[in-house]
Amino acid sequence: MKRTTSAVALVAASILGLTACGGGDDPLAGDTGSESASGGGGAIVVGGADFSESTLLAEIYAGALQAQGIDASTKLNIGSREVYLRALQDDSVQVFPEYTGALALFYDDSYDGTDADEVYAHVQEVIPDDLTVLEKSAAEDNDSLNVTQETADEYSLTTIEDLQSVAGDLTLAAPPEFKERPQGIPGLEEEYGVTFGSFRPLSGQAIVQALANGQAEVANIFSTDPSIAENGFVTLEDTKKLFGSQNIVPLVRADRADEVKDALNAVSAVLTTEAIADMLKQTDIEKKDPQEVAQQFLSDNGLDG
Amino acid sequence: MIGSLLAWFTDPANWSGDDGIPYRLWQHLWYTAVTMLVAALVAVPLGLWVGHTGRARWLVSLANSVRAVPTLGLLLAASLWLGPKLPGDLAYVVPSIGVLAILAVPPLLAGTYGGIGAVDPSARDAAYGVGMRGRQVLWQVEVPNALPLMMSGVRSAVLQVVATATIAAYLGLGGLGRFIIDGIKLGDYAEAAGGALLVALLAIGLEGLLAFVQRRVVSPGLTGRAVGGSRNDDEREGREDPADATVDLRTPA
Amino acid sequence: MDWLSSHWDEVVQLAGDHLYLAGIPLVVGLVLSVPLGWMAKRWSRAYPVVVTTTGLLYTIPSLALFVVMPLILGTQILDPINVIVAMSIYTIALLARTVADGLKAVPDHVEQAATAMGYRGLRRLVGVELPLAVPVISAGLRVAAVSNVSIVSVASIVGVAQLGNLLIDGFNRVIWGELITGIVATVLLALALDALIVLGSRMLTPWQRAAGGHP
Repeated sequence: MKRTTSAVALVAASILGLTACGGGDDPLAGDTGSESASGGGGAIVVGGADFSESTLLAEIYAGALQAQGIDASTKLNIGSREVYLRALQDDSVQVFPEYTGALALFYDDSYDGTDADEVYAHVQEVIPDDLTVLEKSAAEDNDSLNVTQETADEYSLTTIEDLQSVAGDLTLAAPPEFKERPQGIPGLEEEYGVTFGSFRPLSGQAIVQALANGQAEVANIFSTDPSIAENGFVTLEDTKKLFGSQNIVPLVRADRADEVKDALNAVSAVLTTEAIADMLKQTDIEKKDPQEVAQQFLSDNGLDG
Repeated sequence: MIGSLLAWFTDPANWSGDDGIPYRLWQHLWYTAVTMLVAALVAVPLGLWVGHTGRARWLVSLANSVRAVPTLGLLLAASLWLGPKLPGDLAYVVPSIGVLAILAVPPLLAGTYGGIGAVDPSARDAAYGVGMRGRQVLWQVEVPNALPLMMSGVRSAVLQVVATATIAAYLGLGGLGRFIIDGIKLGDYAEAAGGALLVALLAIGLEGLLAFVQRRVVSPGLTGRAVGGSRNDDEREGREDPADATVDLRTPA
Repeated sequence: MDWLSSHWDEVVQLAGDHLYLAGIPLVVGLVLSVPLGWMAKRWSRAYPVVVTTTGLLYTIPSLALFVVMPLILGTQILDPINVIVAMSIYTIALLARTVADGLKAVPDHVEQAATAMGYRGLRRLVGVELPLAVPVISAGLRVAAVSNVSIVSVASIVGVAQLGNLLIDGFNRVIWGELITGIVATVLLALALDALIVLGSRMLTPWQRAAGGHP
């Protein structure tokens, strides 16, 4: 009886013990974020979506906050806008890198402004009271429709409008949310009269592969994605600015804005589209760590404290 | 929540076309059927051979450790490796079905091998005693006696494939998993829950069908029905001693 | 394995998180399965009810359960507790029947002898029936452990960090070293848990190792 109890206790204890020490610091907090000296105010969790650029921006924001002595960590790979906005509102994360145009449309689906400042002002008007945006950066990353050189030649495509007559025979590859979003398939139909024959909902790398290997003729790839240049894809011009202005901007909880605004506005001041594109080349093509690339960016710009 | 779920089910738009429930259901069934066929082509002959000859038992242990491989990881790796080499839809279907089939082999193999192993030795002896040769013993005595456990393995495998096929939707495969993945991405939880419910219903339906088949296919001598049902009223139908349960417990998605 | 050597810390951290998310439900699930399994064995009418219900729970696809949990529990959307509760449900779904079958496999005459010796009720359950059921239960627990480790990696799709993150990032940025590390690490974790359970089971059943000569 004694042996039984002690054996049971041993097994249970070892499982629990392994999980406790393996879990290291509280596994309920952010993942692979780094530690830092504690500054004023509580911990900040910077969220990121499940694509490289979002991860990169999250690391940059977190790094900048840490440099100012704030205990910042990251929570990456959060599925989609609809999910991470909930995370912001239920305080699982406090900061999130966002895009002005997408935010404006999300909260006001009839909005069609395209000027960068106008869009930014509109965002401030329409977002819920518990959230706020800090200063926007000059860096932009828009949706873009891309085709292979062969497809462009075959159908003489240079702009999205050129797709009008042929789209019915073509397949579009894009993230699943593209189907419903105003800037997505509905917008293409309304603004450009472009209706695709079929739609392949895919994630991340699979979209690039689909375009490169022929599972789709047109693909929605973010404009800063280095795979466009890597694969020689042709970006179709968005003449009607359906994809609008998409300046990168930190979306934060209103009640934490004061703590983070200095560090993050400093980042926005130096963030450019070229810098982003270059950093993405390092993470996606050269396979460097987003955290390292982010740190390099911060120190190049004197933001690493 | 229940309200929006019901709304999703009653929306006629969800019942027609390529995105509709019937089409996705059919796709899912098709994937399951093809996967089971491929897996059975490997697992059943192998299981019969190992069980009958008693050789290469390490194959069964190896197959069991395959259960430890994460489905998502294998799917991503197969897709990355094979995708670029295949045209059109095959780029999604082949890696997915390949991986699903690999993961369906362990329960099938365990069921087949375990079934043969659980055959009453006296039945086998009697068969040899009346002059039957190896192959005759296998097909006329061992397999019929092993059927209950083999069917158990089939049922486990089918359940597992139906569930794991939902993950393949992350990589572009169709089927009921599309509702779940797309629902998650869009934050449309009615769609995600609807998809989940459909998968569960499909699994239950198939399970019921297979249970029926099992009852028809397994000899009444084994189930005790012919002897007037003096056995316990629980699920012992044709099952061997539950203490022998090293076999055919399921691994889900 | 260049990738692994330069990312060792990260992998260990994620492995720890993974173990936490897969292991806690094993313990919770086992503890909750014992009363359930006992009820199913004790009252023959309860058996099919327990088996069918747990079978039903099992058919719910993991991804969907992870997503729906926050809505049911009212927790924050990214809270790992959602994963832990979902995994516990799966564990119970696997183990309730196993526990019942294990208890049923205890021969009647042993039960009766124990009662005759004065073991009754809970004491008999804990002192005689459960120990004898250990081989069956531990076989089920091993399967539950391995499958838990595999399912938990799916949680990366909903943003809960563990080894599955290596799979998704490795796929997205096409870093084979990361993807393979993710797969291998998960397999090793599963095998380690499996070995731990076998060890525990052997320690709990010394009579199976007795080399004969003991009555």
